[in-house]
Amino acid sequence: MGAGHGHKLHYHGHSPIHRLPAHGKLAALLAFMLTVVATPREWWPVFAGYLVVLVVVIAISAVPPLYIARRMVIEVPFLVFAALLPFVATGPRTELLGVSVSEPGLLAAWGLLAKGTLGVIASLTLAATTEPRDLLAGLQRLRLPSQLVQIMGFMIRYLDVVTDEMRRMRIARESRGFSASSIRHWPVVARSAGALFIRSYERGERVHLAMVSRGYTGTLPERPPRG
Amino acid sequence: MHVPDGFLDVPTSVATGAVAVTGVSVALRGARRELDDRTAPMAGLVATFVFATQMINFPVGAGTSGHLLGGALAAVLVGPWTAVLCVSVVLLVQALMFADGGITALGTNITLMGIVAVAVGWLLFRVISGVLPRKLVLVAPIAAVAAFVSVPATALGFVALYSLGGAAPIPLDTLTAAMVGWHALIGIGEALITGLVVGSVTAVRPDLVHGARRALGSRDLEIRSTLGATR
Repeated sequence: MGAGHGHKLHYHGHSPIHRLPAHGKLAALLAFMLTVVATPREWWPVFAGYLVVLVVVIAISAVPPLYIARRMVIEVPFLVFAALLPFVATGPRTELLGVSVSEPGLLAAWGLLAKGTLGVIASLTLAATTEPRDLLAGLQRLRLPSQLVQIMGFMIRYLDVVTDEMRRMRIARESRGFSASSIRHWPVVARSAGALFIRSYERGERVHLAMVSRGYTGTLPERPPRG
Repeated sequence: MHVPDGFLDVPTSVATGAVAVTGVSVALRGARRELDDRTAPMAGLVATFVFATQMINFPVGAGTSGHLLGGALAAVLVGPWTAVLCVSVVLLVQALMFADGGITALGTNITLMGIVAVAVGWLLFRVISGVLPRKLVLVAPIAAVAAFVSVPATALGFVALYSLGGAAPIPLDTLTAAMVGWHALIGIGEALITGLVVGSVTAVRPDLVHGARRALGSRDLEIRSTLGATR
C-alpha cells in the first residue's frame, strides 16, 4: 500500500559481492565474526587487519561508505555501556586524561568497541548487498528449519504493510489533534497497538485462507532461482 | 537492548546458541499444536506485529520515551510456543538486516528475550490465573504482572551468562543490583503497556487472546428477560 518494492536496507547493485550466493555470505559472516570474537583483545594490529578486510569488501561491493555509516547509529546505546565500563570495573587503576579508571575495564571497553563495531559493519554489509528473498533462500540452504524460514518470509513480506498501517494510525491520531507527550497518553497509544494486533492477526487469517484456496498444504513450493 | 558481538566469550555464545536451537525446535513442535497449518502465516504476521510495536514510542516525559519488549505480551496474546517463534524470528531479522544484536550473540539474545522472557511471563501468567477466579477483567492485570516480572528475570539471566563469560571484571553484586534495579524500572513500563494492550484487545476480540481462553470457556450464556421492563 504505497510502499516501494525494494527494501530500504538493501543497496541495489551488481558487484561481485552482490552476486555471491547468499548462503556463502551468511556462512562467511558467521565464521568471520566468530574469529573476531575469539581474538584476544590485546592483539591490536589484528583488529586493524579485520577492518581492512571489511573496507576492501565494501569497496568491491560499491556500497557508499556513508550509507553504512548512517546505519551504524544502531550501536549507540551499547557504546554508552562500553564507555561506562572503565569506571565500574575493578582491578588496578590507571590515569586517563586526569581521571582514575580501571585498567581491565578500559581494555574490556576497547574489546567491546572493536568487536561490536566490526560486527555491526559486517552485518550491515551483508544486509546492504543481499536481497531479503536471497537471504531467505540462503538460510534455507543452511538448513534452517523450513517453518522458521516461512515465518521469516511472511514477516519480511508484511513488514512494510504493517508498519505503514501503524503509520496511518499515528497520522489519524495526530490529525485529530492528539500528540503523545506524557505517560497519561499511554492508554490511547496502547489501544492503537491493540488495534494493530487485531488487524495483523486478521490479516494473517486472510492470508492463510488465500493460501489454502491456492492449494497450500503446509509447505511452500521451491522458487526457481533468479535469472 | 540487544547483546552485541564480543560481549560474551565464544564458549558462552556457542552454549547459548545450543540452548536457543533446542528451545526453538521444541517451540516449533508446540506451535503446530497451537496453530496447526496456520503456523507460518499467523506467526509471521504476529512477528511483524511484535517488530512494529517495538517501534511505537511511549513518551515517558522530559523528551524521553520507551518501547515495548513484547515477550510476555506475545505469550498472552498468541500462546507461549508461537511467542517464542515470533520473538526469535524478530531477533533473527534484527541481527541480519538491521545489525541490531550481534550474529554471534544471536543465541544469547534468543535464549534471553525469546525463551527466558516468554517462559517466565507465561508461567507466571498461568500460575496467577490458576489461583484467581476466571474472570475476563482479570486477564489484563495478570498479564501486566507477568510482564513486569519477565523483564528483571531476563536481566538476571543476562547477569548469570555474564558471570560465566563476561568481557570485563565487574563485581557481580554491583552488576546484579544495577541490571535488576534498572530493568525493574523498565519492567514497570512494560507492565503498563502490556496490561493496556491486552486490555484493549480483550475488550474487543477476547476470542483472539490466547490467555483469555480459560476465562471465556467458564463464561455462561446469560439470558435476561425483558418481560418485567415492558409491562
